[in-house]
This record gives sequence, structure tokens and C-alpha cells, in this order.
Amino acid sequence: MKEQEIRGLVADVKDGALSRRSFMQKMMAVGISAPLASQILVWNDVAMAQPADDYKPTKAGGAGALKILLWQAPTLLNPHFASGTKDQIASRIFYEPLAGWDEDGNLIPQLAAEIPSKENGGLAADGKSVTWKLKKDVKWHDGKPLTADDAVFTWEYAADPATAAYTTGSYKDIKVEKVDDHTIKVIFKEPTPFWADAFVGVAGMIIPKHHFGEYKGAKSREAPANLKPVGTGPYKFADFKPGDILTGTRNENYHVKNKPAFDTVEAKGGGDAVSAARAVLQTGEYDYAWNLQVEDEVLKRMEAGGRGRVLTAPAGDIEFIILNTTDPWTEVDGERSSVKTKHPTLTDPAVRQAINLLIDRESIQKFIYGRGGTATASFTNEPKRFKSEKLKYEFNVDKANKILDDAGWKKGSDGIREKDGKKLKYVYQTSINAPRQKTQAIIKQACQRAGIDLELKSVTASVFFSSDVANPDTYTKLYCDIEMYTTTQTQPDTGLFLNQCVSWEICNKENKWLGRNVSRYSDPEADKAYNAAKTELDPAKRAALLIKVNEIFCEANILLPILSRPRVVAAANNLKPQTSGWDCDTWNLASWYRT
Amino acid sequence: MAGSTLASPSANPAGGAAAAAVSVSPARETWRRFRRHKLAMASTVVLGLLVLGVIVGPWLWPVAINDIDFSAQLQGPSWAHPFGTDDLGQDILARMMYGGRISLAVGLAAMIVATTVGVIIGALAGMSRKYADPVLMWVTDLFLSLPQLPLLLLVIYLFREQLKAVFGVEGGVFVLIVVVIGGLRWMPVARLVRAQFLSLREKEFVEAARAHGATKARQMFNHILPNALGPVIVAATIEVSSAIIAESTLSFLGLGFPPDIPTWGRLLFDAKDQLDTAPHWALFPGAAIFLTVLSINFIGDGLRDALDPRRVI
Amino acid sequence: MATYLLRRLLIAIPSLLGISVILFTILALAPGDPFSEMATNPNVPPEVREAIRASFGLNDPIFVRYLRWLSNMAHGDWGFSFASRINVDQLILQRVPTTLFVVGSSQILALCIALPVGIYAATRPYSVFDQIANTLAFVGFSLPTFFTGLLFILLFSVTLDWFPFVYRSDVAATGWRWYWEMFRQAIMPIMVLGLFQAASYTRYVRSAVLDVIRLDYVTTARAKGLSERKVTLRHITRNALIPVVTLVALQMPAVFGGAIVTEQIFRIPGIGSLLIDAILANDTPVIMAVTFVFSCLVVMFNLIADLLYGWLDPRISFG
Repeated sequence: MKEQEIRGLVADVKDGALSRRSFMQKMMAVGISAPLASQILVWNDVAMAQPADDYKPTKAGGAGALKILLWQAPTLLNPHFASGTKDQIASRIFYEPLAGWDEDGNLIPQLAAEIPSKENGGLAADGKSVTWKLKKDVKWHDGKPLTADDAVFTWEYAADPATAAYTTGSYKDIKVEKVDDHTIKVIFKEPTPFWADAFVGVAGMIIPKHHFGEYKGAKSREAPANLKPVGTGPYKFADFKPGDILTGTRNENYHVKNKPAFDTVEAKGGGDAVSAARAVLQTGEYDYAWNLQVEDEVLKRMEAGGRGRVLTAPAGDIEFIILNTTDPWTEVDGERSSVKTKHPTLTDPAVRQAINLLIDRESIQKFIYGRGGTATASFTNEPKRFKSEKLKYEFNVDKANKILDDAGWKKGSDGIREKDGKKLKYVYQTSINAPRQKTQAIIKQACQRAGIDLELKSVTASVFFSSDVANPDTYTKLYCDIEMYTTTQTQPDTGLFLNQCVSWEICNKENKWLGRNVSRYSDPEADKAYNAAKTELDPAKRAALLIKVNEIFCEANILLPILSRPRVVAAANNLKPQTSGWDCDTWNLASWYRT
Repeated sequence: MAGSTLASPSANPAGGAAAAAVSVSPARETWRRFRRHKLAMASTVVLGLLVLGVIVGPWLWPVAINDIDFSAQLQGPSWAHPFGTDDLGQDILARMMYGGRISLAVGLAAMIVATTVGVIIGALAGMSRKYADPVLMWVTDLFLSLPQLPLLLLVIYLFREQLKAVFGVEGGVFVLIVVVIGGLRWMPVARLVRAQFLSLREKEFVEAARAHGATKARQMFNHILPNALGPVIVAATIEVSSAIIAESTLSFLGLGFPPDIPTWGRLLFDAKDQLDTAPHWALFPGAAIFLTVLSINFIGDGLRDALDPRRVI
Repeated sequence: MATYLLRRLLIAIPSLLGISVILFTILALAPGDPFSEMATNPNVPPEVREAIRASFGLNDPIFVRYLRWLSNMAHGDWGFSFASRINVDQLILQRVPTTLFVVGSSQILALCIALPVGIYAATRPYSVFDQIANTLAFVGFSLPTFFTGLLFILLFSVTLDWFPFVYRSDVAATGWRWYWEMFRQAIMPIMVLGLFQAASYTRYVRSAVLDVIRLDYVTTARAKGLSERKVTLRHITRNALIPVVTLVALQMPAVFGGAIVTEQIFRIPGIGSLLIDAILANDTPVIMAVTFVFSCLVVMFNLIADLLYGWLDPRISFG
């Protein structure tokens, strides 16, 4: 979709000729993520939708206990140290950011009085600052009022490198000024199209200055509040056993009327995803379970128990394959898969194209992931009914065979194709996870039929996803021909996400393989488009640029997307949770209730 | 049968007297006695059939182990698939025969490694009256305290590529697994053997042997060891099943065979989430492990009875 | 005896130091690093990753880290968990009671089953009782605990709906109800662990008793006209206990160390699940602390076993 068309649609929404919802759907059909689409509207002065809050209870409390099962146990409760989703979920029970993202990618004010826009003067025309107004009369759990000082302190705290906060990336390049007691101004170094990062969502939780003030920087680990949080959230801290169980009680002075509905909340950790699903769907011991990376067949059978149901929320995560165009088996200057080398066979575009044709995405979706993944040909996308018009996938063994025949790859006596003595034999690596091993088996079989031999290799996840410089099996080392994993879109914006496709992020020995571009492929056109998008304030133009980066990599068959993966959760039948793929599961815990 | 005839152990060291009296070799005598043990014989036949099945089976049942057929997911036993199919529609019988070769080989080899190492270390420690005992027991304590998971990850990381270069993909993994399982499980055997030795070395029949001028090695292997075999045999049989199961845990850690090789332990592991709808998937590999353990155990019982001169069979 | 004990205790100190050096080296060399989640997070810039590594002292040479650990340990400082950012001893102490309760009960259950069944089976070898006991024992150790645990959950939690399968360390009840709830949630994991352990114990007890039952002194005892019961208990069992004591001493450290698989299945907040979480997150201070306590217990129970051998069979001496 061209930038003019998007503009036209925006005009339609403004006039009321097109509903907001259908605009979002159209955007998503062309591969623009929901939050981005939502921002396009904001930038064009179409106010954020205030989704109808379908919260039913007419009084706070009284719904008893809410029991959440996290199969990875939370280990700490400081949101700025949260090393994974589990800790973000746990700390979000007690802390809140200025705004959170809902399921459709709308910004919803939490501690902010309103979402900044051009209309209300929150967004500067040059894109270099945002002014947030804080809600008044918000009290911390200890009774002290929330002020702009707390927000400014949160920035100081997280931006200080000595604090070693995991959220530091959102704060280190900005400046935050206090305008008055309930107004802050976030100042960017350069025009920033995606401004809703600091103080928003998982990285944005505000912490109280009067509890953390003394513990900024190197002393951060000593703060008592790291384990006994004092926040503004709907539930107050009761007890925490790291790696096991977390309990909270209702905050009687919560700043939203009639919320929250539950008297106590409990988050229990440990175990595995299958039995977590079982505890919610089959035995009803728990009300809610998160991140169910379980084969859909198994979930469906458990749902038949009738105690709970499985819910999905769109997210930007993508399960994909990288075809390595560098040589993983030759060492140059102390590293394999160096950009100085060329892969003997995968540099042939015909081979890459053939492999893309050998991925039976539909069967992988139908028989393994089910609701947990939607077959896709696009690296960045939204899992809805419509697919990108340009990028299409196909499973066609005959066509793959023909392409390879035409390119001169002939089958040898062992049934494996070869040319000039080079055989199409690859090592196909991924992390250990039952659905992934099944996907490997399916792709291996199809490749066999096309004369390509795959050796399957699986690495335990704690090693595969580590940044250990000494280990050859980490995913950023890419010491294999073909690699498969899921990359998560932590931010509801593809700008940062697509730095996996730029030349200066290529993993190599020099940057200790900490670069974001694992595929090692680069294209000057993609670099150019990415850089242009970085400061492009016009959302329609920016979207077009980012889509271009995505298409360059997919059309070159370097990144072979398989499935776009939504968040899959299980909830008891009588529970009405608020899920979101753009924020953490407990982002709006205050609005959960029992029917 | 037990205790029906009693000969004094002190006057009758294992084997020697019997051999002298009937003038047949001890090995032949043991075999004669072993054959009398009905359960042991039956078990030998069962184990032989299992081994034969996994070796010859794939020729008699030539179904590809990785033939994915989504139209035949999770089917129960039928003529087309005598043991049913798994969730990708793959034939479980074919997979079991293929994986059984590995499981049986790993189970038996790891058992031999663990038992041999354990018996040698335990015997040396048990016979020593000087420094060997504390040193060997320190080594045993060390191995018992090693955190297995980080150690395993370290071992793969250090040795996988080298072994792969020497033995090939499957051979390398096989050597690695046998060494790892054997190397991490010999300690209970060593402790058991040492405890038996501590008690037995003070017994009269050993003293008698010593008085006859038997060397230390002779005392150890000819006199004490046969009397200490009871717990060793039990440990060895338990070892087979734990090695088969441990192999599946290892492949789950990425240390074992590639994920598409269906060893019995791995089949059992994969089947666990479908246990309520497709029990056959777990039943057959479970039964195979059970039969193996059962038969090896009875063979062990038979061997012990055959080696025990106090028993008249 | 006292000098022997003193000597053994003195030897224990250097041997534990030696073990700790090896443990530390293995953990330092093992692949993986504690900040893996950070590596996949595009929000964390590389220089921050480096700064965090440096602030935890991960860039120092191994022996420097070891000496630092040792001197801290000597001061009673167990270290600081990377994942939870709290002191390790606090984390471990939270887990100890649950572990002792669940794994300890399962060991007691295992012994309560294995001793009588093993002895009775051995006094009547190849009888119907013996055959049944044997078969059950074989089934017991042919099936891994992840499998029996699941079987129990499917049967007792899903189908019959008798017991919960998520273990809670703080049961929300008081008085008799508290005991009842504890019993309900602990029964399945204790059974799974206990039966698995009992299966192998039974085999060892049976074999040990069979070895002793045919010896001359037992016949002598019978000939003296002692009752069968007395013969079995006084004369046979005591002498057959040596392998059993060895095994129990081997298993005792596990009562502290927990049972990783079973704890995962039933979500028991024990040391085993702490250890596996720490290993998966490469939280080295926690792994080091747990394994070191574990090795102390291994050494201690080995010593206790040696003392017990002397009591069971007075001829054993450690001159």
C-alpha cells in the first residue's frame, strides 16, 4: 500500500467515512502493526479511540481471590530490573506507567490524565518533545501523593548506567523536565516519531522517589523496596517468595472508581506450560495462565473439560528461519560465519527460493501451533485475516525441484543434489522446544523430497539464547547453515524491531556477537530506508519505509517467516481478563473481573 | 530352595571345590547351573528376542521412521500401524525398532561402564587399609556433589565437535552419552561394593585365603568379589533402566541424539502430553523398557545363583 | 573411635575445599551466562550489558572470583543472586522446610515399604508374594517420575478431582483444615517419589537378605530354637542392613537437594526447583551455594555411614 493510499484512508477516518476499526484492519492487512496504525491516526489528529470500558462491577472488591499461574516464576519485583516477562507481569501488579497499550494497540492512560496529542498540546510539532500531564489525587500505597518528581526520578534512576536497569535503553537518550507538580516534559535529541516509549508500557512503570531516592546508581541492589514494592497499582504488596509465590491485597484507595474487583491476588510460579494450562482448563485450580507455548491439539482437549477457555491476543512475535549466506564452516580471523566469507551453496538465490517453497507453513500451523501461530510470509506483520499483497508464501515441492533443476543442481546417487562437487547438505539448528522439533521434522521431510539433506540440531534454550562469547551454540553466533527461532517485538513499534536488518548491527567477533542482525545479510537500500524512517515524522511515509526494509529481506529469502505468533493464555470461564500483545499480561489488572 | 543345603563358606571358596570334584571348568559349571534357572533362561530368550527385534525388525517392517502423515495422527494400533501412530502420523513400531537399537545399546553399555568403574573403585577402596580408601572416597564424594546439568552442558561444549570428528555424528554422540551416563552413575556401586568389602575382608574365609598366601588381587577377585555381587547385580539392573531414561533427558538437553531419533526414553517423553487420548504411544516404549529391565534382572538373579556355590540347583 | 572421628572431620575440611575449587571451576567454565534475557532484548544497549557484567564481577579471572567467593563464604556471606538480586542464604532458607517435608516424607515412606516387603520377599524367594513384589518393583523403576507424576495427576486430579496438583507453600487455612490441606497437596508428590525410591530399595533389601539368610550363623540361630521372627529381625536384618545403610546415606543429601523433576511437575517450591531455575538462568551464586551445601552433606553422610558400618558389623575397623 502506497503512502498516498494511507493518507486517503486517514482522511476518510477523519470525515467519519471509514470506521476506526476498519482502518486498523486495512492497515494490518498491509503489514502495519496495530500500534503503528493507531499512531498514524494520532499524528493526523484523529483522537485515540477510548475503547468502551466494559467493566461491569459497580463496587470495588468482593470478587474473592484471583489466582494467576505463571509457569516461569517471578524472581524480582523492581520493574526496572525485570529481566523477563515474568518479572514485568509481577511488578505491574503493584506499579503503573503513565500509559499502557491495549489489545488493539491503543495507548490507554493509566497514571497520565490524558494521552498527549497535537490537539491538547502534548506533542511538539517538531517531534522533539512530549508533555505528559499526570493524574491528580493518585496516592502511593503508603499514602504519599504521586507527583511529577517521581516521574523525573524514575528517569534519573533508569538512565543512570550504574543502576544497571534493564529499561535503560528507553531513558538514556532523553531528558525529562518537571513543568509543574503534575506535568513533565520529555525532550528528545532528534525528532522522534515513536515517542510513546519512556514512561509507557513495560519499561515505563513509575517508582516512588521517597523509597528509591537513596538507592540510585551502584546502591540500587540494596533497596528494601526491590522486594517489598510500594506502587500506585490496584493491589498492595502482601508477601513474596522469589521463584515461588507472590501475593497482594486490594488497594482500597485505588485511583479509579469501583476498581479493582478482587480482594486478593496471587501469582504462583514454576512448572511447565502444559500443566499450567491443565490447572486452569481442566482442574480449575487457577484462574489464569500465561504464555502457553503448547500444541493446540493438547489445549483443545483440555478446553473440552469446560472449566476454562483459551484466549489469544495479537502480538508482533515471529517464528522464522534464517538462511546463512556466510560460511559457517570456515574460520576467518577467529570467527565463523564472518561476512568476509560466502556460503558455498546458500549464496545461490535459487537454492534459497527453493527452501522457502519447501516450508509447509499451513501444516505447521494446522497441526502444531493452531491458534498459537498464523502462517505468514512477512517478517513484520499482524496476525489477522488479511495478508500482505506483495509477500506470499507457497508450499510446492515440484516447483522447488524445478527451480533447483534449472539452476543446475543435479541429484547424486545418494539422492542429494549437487553442483561442482558441492552438496545441498545443511545443519538446521534451533532451540529445544517440542513444537520447534516437530517443525524441524516437517521441513526436513519436505527438503528430502527435493534432494536437500538437513541435519537437525537442537540446543538447550538457556545456552541458545545466551550471550556467552565463548559458546559456539548461541543463536547470534549462527554457526550453522539454517537457524530457526522466534524474535519478539518488545515494543509496539517495528522501528527498533527492524534493526535486525541493518548493516551496522551485524553480529561479529568485534561486537562480541551482541549485534542485532543475526542473518549477517545487508542491503544498502534497506539501510537507507531504515535510517530515513528513524527521523521521519510522517507516519505514513515512515510506515512505507519500514515495510520496505521488511520486504527486502523477505524477497531475498534471507529471512523466511513461518508463523506470526499471538499471545496465548488460558482463563477460567467466569474470568474476564484484559490481555494485550503490546504490553504485559497484567497491564490492566484493575479491570479484570468475574462474571 | 534357599538354605536347603549349607556348606561352610570358609572352607569352600567359590568355584574351586566344585570344579575339582566334577572336574569341569568353572565356566561350564556356572552355565550348567544357570540353565537350571527357568526364569533366567526365559529372560535370556526375551532379551534375545528384543535385541533380534531391533536389529532384524527394520528389514521385516520396512516403514520409514520419519514418514509424516497428517491424516493418520494419533491412531491406535491397527494392521497398517501395529503399534499405532504419534501426533505427526509416524509409525510407532518402526520408530521403536529404530530407536530400540540405540536405547538397548546405551542402556547396556552405560550399565557396563558404571558397574565396572564402580566395582573397581569400590573394591580398591574396600581393600585398602592406607591412603587409597580416603582418596577414592573423596573422588566418589566429589562426583556425587557435582551439579549434573552444568557439567553436562560443559561436556557437550568441550567435546562434542571433537568426538563428532572422530566417530561421526551418531557414533560421537553414542560415546559421549555412554561416558557421561556411566561416568556420573558409578558412585552408588562403588559405595555399595566398598561397604561389602569392609565387612567381608574381615571374614574367616578371607583370612584362610590370606593364610594360604593368596595375593591381594586374588583375595579381591576370587574370594571377596563373588560374595559382594548381590547388590552389584541389583544396581546394574537398575542402571539399565535409568540409563535408558537418562538418555531421553539428555536428548532433551540437546546433549543426546538429534531430536529426530526416536529412542525409547524420548518416545515416552514425547507421549506424555497425549497420555489421556493416545495411551498406546506411551504404552509400547514403556513396556519395552520394562521388559528389558525385567529380563536383565532375572538374568542377573540367575547368574548370582549360578555363581553361588552354596546353592544347589 | 573418638580419634577416628576427629581424624575424619579434619580430613573433611581440605577435601571440601578441593571439591569447592572443582565445583567453582566447572560452573565458571560451563556455557551460558546469567544475562541471557538481556541479550535478546533490543532495549538494552551493549555497553549496558557490559557494565552489568562488570558490576557483578563476571569479567575477572576465575581464581580471583573463587578467592572472593571463599573469603565471603568464610565471613558468612553466601553471595548475591543475579536473578533475584537478594542474598542467596535468604533464598535457600525459604525453600528448606518444604524440601525437608516432601522429600523427607517420601524417603520415610520408601523405607517403610521397602524394608518389610524386601525382607518378607527374601524369606520366601520365588513365592507368589515375591513375584508380585518384584514385578511391581520393576514397573516402579522402569517408569520415570515425570511419567508416574503425570499419571497420578491425570487420575487423581483430573479424573477423580480428589487432590490439587499445584503445591502451595502457604496454605490459606488454620487448625485441622491446614493439616488436611497440606496432606491433600503433599500426598501425590510424596507417593510418586516414595514409590520410585521404594522400588529400588526393595530390590536391594531383598538381595541383601538373600545373601545373609543362607549363612551358617542363621542356621545356628534357628538350631538354637529361636523363633523365626527373632531370627529374621535380630540375626538376618541387622547383617543385611549394610547395603541399605549405604543407599540411605547416599539418598540423604537429596532430602536437602530436593527432587528436580517431581518438584517441577507439582510446582513444589523446594531446593530442587530453586537449583534448576538457577541453572537455567545461569545464576551461578545460587548454584554454587546449593551444590556446596549438598557436597557438605554428601561428605557428612558418608562419614555417618562409615560409623554405622562399625556398629552393624563390629568386625569392621578403620585402623
